[in-house]
Amino acid sequence: MGVSAFFFYIFAILSVLAGAMVIIAKNPVHAVLFLILVFFNAAGLFILLGAEFLAMVLVIVYVGAVAVLFLFVVMMLDVDFAALRAGFIRNAPLAALIGGIVLVELVMVVGFAYIQPEVAGVAAAPFPSLGSGITNTEALGRLIYTRYVFFFQGAGLILLVAMIGAIVLTLRHKPGVKRQSIAAQNARSPQTAIEIVKVEPGQAIVPSGETRG
Amino acid sequence: MELAAVGLGHYLTVAAILFTLGIFGIFLNRKNVIIMLMSIELMLLSVNINLVSFSYFLSDLVGQVFALFVLTVAAAEAAIGLAIVVVFFRNRGSIAVDDVNMMKG
Repeated sequence: MGVSAFFFYIFAILSVLAGAMVIIAKNPVHAVLFLILVFFNAAGLFILLGAEFLAMVLVIVYVGAVAVLFLFVVMMLDVDFAALRAGFIRNAPLAALIGGIVLVELVMVVGFAYIQPEVAGVAAAPFPSLGSGITNTEALGRLIYTRYVFFFQGAGLILLVAMIGAIVLTLRHKPGVKRQSIAAQNARSPQTAIEIVKVEPGQAIVPSGETRG
Repeated sequence: MELAAVGLGHYLTVAAILFTLGIFGIFLNRKNVIIMLMSIELMLLSVNINLVSFSYFLSDLVGQVFALFVLTVAAAEAAIGLAIVVVFFRNRGSIAVDDVNMMKG
């Protein structure tokens, strides 16, 4: 058994176990942490498959952004998570039935995948040869910035829309917060800003724009 | 015991098990939206493993490009989904799926 096979089995078993823990963990914070473990092991699998760039992107994007986002939301929401677990046991038989059927289907369909030799020879974008000195990242970049540049731009657009959407959804204006209004500041003129008041002796000065609290 | 050399089928089996765990999680946690979103992330990850393993065994980089796009969409989906969860929690004070009935649909 080679070193890569050894690491494959470690990553595969750990990712499956952690994936199981994600869905059965009592505490959602633990579920998020197990999700991070799954992502790390999947990144290890990607490295074994020679996709170093995707492995690093997986760690940065999923672990660094998505999982931390989950963690924030789980900690921010004051929810009784134990109450949400009611019916966990009741749902288990149905879940096991459907999951078992899907697993058997998937293993039967893709587990015995066989690549015809003539198909393997005609890659749309073949891997760079080992001697060429081109890394996986560079090869991917050459492909993304040329042939798939419009898809790449589309992906950027999706992220932009997601960002704006998330901000618009969660933004709320609290009443009573004083903000700078540049338009109001620019609209001020000496005529409206200065007020000449005749002060009677023994009287307080109250500018007309304010009410005395 | 001599283990067989790791081939395409091994990777696809791991991906299939992870995908099944995702479906399993959705049915198991039918009330908790956050765990359901995590299950969806698991399923998208297993799809990515499929794409990358086919990319390796066909020595074709296009699979990795597609995996990159799947990753992008998954990140956007998580951001929007969690934003909706937060807004829903502010309105109802709960994230149970059963309470999603404001529109009486």
